This record gives sequence, structure tokens and C-alpha cells, in this order.
Amino acid sequence: MKTNVRDSGGVQVVELKGKITIGSGDVQLRETINKLVDSGKKNILVDMKDVTTIDSSGIGELVGCYTSVTNKGGKLKLLHLPPKINDVLTVTQLITVFDVYESESEALASFRG
Amino acid sequence: MSLSSRFENIEMVQHLCSKLLEGRDVPEELRHWILMALREGLANAIKHGNQQDQSKHVHLEMDIVGDTLAISIRDEGPGFDPEEVADPLAPENRLKTSGRGIFYMRTFMDDVRFRRHASGGMEIVLKKNLGAVNEKEGNPA
Repeated sequence: MKTNVRDSGGVQVVELKGKITIGSGDVQLRETINKLVDSGKKNILVDMKDVTTIDSSGIGELVGCYTSVTNKGGKLKLLHLPPKINDVLTVTQLITVFDVYESESEALASFRG
Repeated sequence: MSLSSRFENIEMVQHLCSKLLEGRDVPEELRHWILMALREGLANAIKHGNQQDQSKHVHLEMDIVGDTLAISIRDEGPGFDPEEVADPLAPENRLKTSGRGIFYMRTFMDDVRFRRHASGGMEIVLKKNLGAVNEKEGNPA
């Protein structure tokens, strides 16, 4: 998996590309988010547009990141969920846990609200 | 077929399963969920069953009989009681970082059975009807 982090008005937009699966991308996701949290970044928007595959391990890491950011008083939200990842989050009722956006501008505005 | 306990082997097996499904009129959506269930079964065997011990193997059989795809995945671990696996939908478990693999297998396949194999290890048998596509297959959510 490839990651790219950019700042957009104080929100860290984390763009993920590729697979978030066991042994490939799952730990990398955790390390990327932890690094941001450790450096005091509290508003994180994870762009999933180019994520091709996710498994239960990747979902677990996503949940762990959400908890980690929330426990530090921050917010982690999701952007551009591919349909099949939306399905995977829906069947485990996690879709109700995350704030999910289709538009980056709306997602960024939600951090200010 | 026997595989070493490496996560890298998961993709190879998914590729083999995909080839097995070729020639059948399996919708892309259905194929995707079968491959995800297969991935979860293999990951479970490698991580929880064999504890990533590369001296241990994962034993695999895949076959299509009639309209039914059957996948058997056996590890060389101590086994577990599937009844004791926590429900990932329970509110107290929803934010746990693990424990969803078996749930996904059960969601995406028609039949999932667990048994302690006579020659040791835990065996998971996954079955999916490849015939008429029903609502569950077309829309797992």
C-alpha cells in the first residue's frame, strides 16, 4: 500500500492506495496514523478512493486508528469509500461508527463545524 | 495442496480459486465475496492456527461439484471452539481490532463448518452455491 499525507486547512488528508490486508498495508496504516497523532495532528481524513482490497485485518486496523485518534481528542473520518468496502463496513455495523463523506470539501468543512 | 504459513501465499491461492471459477458463469460480485471469504480462511489458518510458524503448513482443497464450490482449509494448530468466538456485532465488541474474519466467512458463504481434523489441526470447510444468484449473493450488505 502507498500512503500520501497532505495538509488541507489543518486537516491531515491521508490518501491510501492499494491493499490494506494482513501482512500488506495493515501495519502501515496504523503507523501512518500513529505518527500523525503523536505529532499532535488531531483531525484526520482518510481518503479510501484508491484502496483496491481490504480484509478483516485492514478493517481492524481502521477501527484501531479510529479509537486511537478519538481517545486523543481528535476526529478520524472517511472519504470516498469504494462500494465493496462500504459493504464490508456495513455488514459488521461499522458504517455507523465512522463519518463517511463523498465530497472532500464537505468532509473538510465538517471538521470546522 | 500444502502451503507454508506465509501471508504472501494468500494471493496465490486466490488466483488459483479465480482460475477454478473461470468457465463458470460466476458474476464478478459473487466471485469477489468468495475470494474474500477464502482470504479470511487462509489468514485465520496462518495467523491463529499456525501462529505464523513457517514450519507448519496450511492444507487446502478446492473443488466444484455440481453447482457447489467447496473449499477446505486445514491448519496444524491446536484448534479452537467456534462457539466461543465473540460476536463482532455485539456493542462491546464493535470497536475491537480483531475477531471479524469468521463473521465475514459466514456472511459471504452459504455454509461454513469447523472441525478438529483426525490428523490434527482445525479444518474449515466453506461452501458456496454457484447456481442461481440470490439476493444475499448480489448484495451482501
